[in-house]
Amino acid sequence: MTFLPKPKLHHPELPTNAIGLTRRDYEGAISTLCAGCGHDSISAAIIRACFELALPPHRIAKLSGIGCSSKTPTYFLGQAHGFNSVHGRMPSVLTGANLANRDLIYLGVSGDGDSASIGLGQFAHALRRGVNMVYVVENNGVYGLTKGQFSATSDRGSKSKKGAVNADSPIDLAGLALELGASFVARSFSGDREQLVSLLKAALLHPGAAIIDCISPCVAFNNHAGSTKSYDYVRHHNEAVNRIEVITGREPIAVDYAPGTTVAVTQHDGTVLRLRKLAADYDIEDRSAAINFLESRRREGEIATGLLYVEPGAEDLHTHLGTLETPLNALDEAALCPGADALAAINAALR
Amino acid sequence: MDATDIADPDYFHKVVDCQYACPAHTPVPEYIRLIAAGRHADAYLVNWHSNVLPGILGRTCDRPCEPACRRGRVEEAPVAICRLKRVAADYKGDIRDRLPVAPEQRNGKRVAFIGAGPASLAAARDLALGGYECVIFEADARAGGMVRTQIPRFRLPETVIDEEVGYILDLGITLRAGTRIDSLRALLDEPFDAIFVGCGAPRGRDLAIPGRAEAAANIHIGIDWLSSVSFGHIERIGRRVVVLGGGNTAMDCCRSARRLGGEEVRVVVRSGYAEMKASPWEKEDALREDIPILNFMVPIEFTHEAGRLTGVLFEKVAARYDDQGRRELVPTGEPPEHIPCDDVLVAVGQENAFPWIERDIGLTFDRRGMPIVDSLTLQSSHPRVFFGGDAAFGPKNIIWAVAHGHEAAVSIDRFCRGLDPRQRPAPHVRLASQKMGIHEWSYDNAVSTDQRYAVPHRAKPEALADIRAEVELGYDDRLAFAEAQRCLNCDVQTVFSARLCIECDACVDICPMDCITFAADGPEDELRARLNAPALNPDQAIYLANGLKTGRVMAKDEDVCLHCGLCAERCPTGAWDMQRFLLTTAQVEHACRSLSPA
Repeated sequence: MTFLPKPKLHHPELPTNAIGLTRRDYEGAISTLCAGCGHDSISAAIIRACFELALPPHRIAKLSGIGCSSKTPTYFLGQAHGFNSVHGRMPSVLTGANLANRDLIYLGVSGDGDSASIGLGQFAHALRRGVNMVYVVENNGVYGLTKGQFSATSDRGSKSKKGAVNADSPIDLAGLALELGASFVARSFSGDREQLVSLLKAALLHPGAAIIDCISPCVAFNNHAGSTKSYDYVRHHNEAVNRIEVITGREPIAVDYAPGTTVAVTQHDGTVLRLRKLAADYDIEDRSAAINFLESRRREGEIATGLLYVEPGAEDLHTHLGTLETPLNALDEAALCPGADALAAINAALR
Repeated sequence: MDATDIADPDYFHKVVDCQYACPAHTPVPEYIRLIAAGRHADAYLVNWHSNVLPGILGRTCDRPCEPACRRGRVEEAPVAICRLKRVAADYKGDIRDRLPVAPEQRNGKRVAFIGAGPASLAAARDLALGGYECVIFEADARAGGMVRTQIPRFRLPETVIDEEVGYILDLGITLRAGTRIDSLRALLDEPFDAIFVGCGAPRGRDLAIPGRAEAAANIHIGIDWLSSVSFGHIERIGRRVVVLGGGNTAMDCCRSARRLGGEEVRVVVRSGYAEMKASPWEKEDALREDIPILNFMVPIEFTHEAGRLTGVLFEKVAARYDDQGRRELVPTGEPPEHIPCDDVLVAVGQENAFPWIERDIGLTFDRRGMPIVDSLTLQSSHPRVFFGGDAAFGPKNIIWAVAHGHEAAVSIDRFCRGLDPRQRPAPHVRLASQKMGIHEWSYDNAVSTDQRYAVPHRAKPEALADIRAEVELGYDDRLAFAEAQRCLNCDVQTVFSARLCIECDACVDICPMDCITFAADGPEDELRARLNAPALNPDQAIYLANGLKTGRVMAKDEDVCLHCGLCAERCPTGAWDMQRFLLTTAQVEHACRSLSPA
């Protein structure tokens, strides 16, 4: 937590993106989280991803629930739309907002308590419906706001700061998302900025339900020996399956890798995700293999990160429901309230 | 690249750009903070310790600190350091009981000073406080040297000179005013243990072009004329005046002429406007007083009629640059231009003159007639004779003279004690954490976004009516505070401990200037290019620390750091700390040591 606002002065050579904004234009208010919080790193990664993709901040809606993680939307994209919802209810609000206005980019920000405990049902249904969004879980495995109890994602056998050992089985949000039919599933680590930014960029361009389970150490309550979500533990057990490069069609491919080590995934809106494989036999488009892989890594005590699964032909909720292209706020009154005759016609069709 | 050795005082000293650029290494941010705190007397004493003449320099300094000021790289203009110094002098109140006194018991050594200008005054102050008996010989009636004779009173009131020269002379220094030294040999025969030559560069350069002799009555050498004005010997000048030359003396001449009856005063310069030697602010002051500056015109003849000057004839030239970027002024071929005038002031440079130093006393001169002086010790080839100020290496400025004075005093002290003057005493350095609480620092770390404040000026008609009316009125309290807040506190250093760092990136993300990068190590040139913001200013160091758990290095570009301390506030482990670095250059032992800021 810092009392001073970040000075407005910036580096004289600060670059601008395609829409003429600097990275600083994507910032929000100064963070009030504990110094060193992993969540602040994730905010910084979101700022960089949106800057690099040159997304207009006012075309983004950021939604969150309750918790340390859910405070973070204040700290990035100050010019975006925001909605801080009820605990665990962000997915419903996001689904509703998305149905009303499909033209915005939806960024759901949640934590392990918000998504894996109180909001687990909401989490599940938003993913299985294929809402077009980026769902970021800032996962620190601990209830930080209430001073350090185990959360539903704490690993069995991990130790709390007070020394208690967790006996419960953890929820693997990435594994769950695979089961539930999310079309873009990734795991990352707040301490690996390069990986997180590229995953966020890919997720922002993915036309379906994209989830990033991002391990984010809690410096105040879960960064000690015995924790499996500490900076040190995650750094030692991080096993990235791939490195990703997002190609939006504008920039040429910069780096040449040896043949067979890269794979390109073309999504149905034309964006290409180019992956540099780190695990040679890992198939990015094989959901069951991904589930098995996650399980095998977990048994080894390793944390699999990277883009775990992507469905190239992903579709979203609007496609499934056959909704109108136009956002509701752009329809006139006649279209929104077609009148008693239209209702009568619908009723008649159901008789 | 190699890890930075922050134990080397030079490293952090360089980060304090203003202090490093100051020849006397005045701890600028230190006194600016004191001014902001309203502690003007303390701010004055910090200055008095290192530059001896704060009230004088606060009005007349060449300000090498300001082009160096980090603020100028972050936004448009540097902090008005010089004018803040004046604020300290203006509002200090009575500080006489806080000045050190010379020891009652002298050490028995005697030092003579030739000339009572800034170099001698600085050296004499240090040596008097060190217990030396100091005798200053001055040809003029009063002490001050060029500060008194060449700088016009509308820039520097006499009271300021009297006060600050007085503080020094009051240390028990003997002033032999009105005594010109005509023979160094004779002085060497007197019982002095060392002699300091601080006689300045007293000869104004003349212009040997046709008509010079015929029109001599109305052609004046700039510095001599200024000196006569200063002593009240000259009170009028013709209505139309041409000032030749583009340095600060020319600016003083033209502005003085405007006040002594010159209605049409013009400055004519060989070079272009930008290349003129005068400080930018002095050129602006001249323009503000309706004095046109005409460039690229070379005087070729003084025209005269019946023994009276009628004007100056100029050849028009243009600048041409060769492959090496050397400038040459070539005639444009246009017809010469005649500027009619009643008086000419020649301010085309100053020269040293040592006719009073015999060439057979063991003091060697180079081919240009300059004494051979060691730039470190300021000792000449005659071991008992030391030089400083303009007398040492040709015309520079007041702050260089003061710096020479301090260094020469150290040399003289070592020489008199039988020590090698080339062995220099180390500076006093302090580095202390400024942390007071989680978000509390003992300095004001909020960064002001205010633009530089202009110093209020006296209304022009009023200023031009009286040559003794100071033009600049100085900052008032409110302006001084606002300007002081623009200082970035570059002396409060970002100090990094790799062993405490958990590499959470909090500092990287909060840094408003993108100064900090954690990356794989590499050669400096290559590393500079791949930092979060490329470090393109090779004059500014990269602070590099290794020993991090991931094997990466922390690289901080010092160039545009605001010293806002946010990196340290966001650091969960205290790996970053803000530590005040206070360097005071070594002076003569016992010389006002008690004055160094706490």
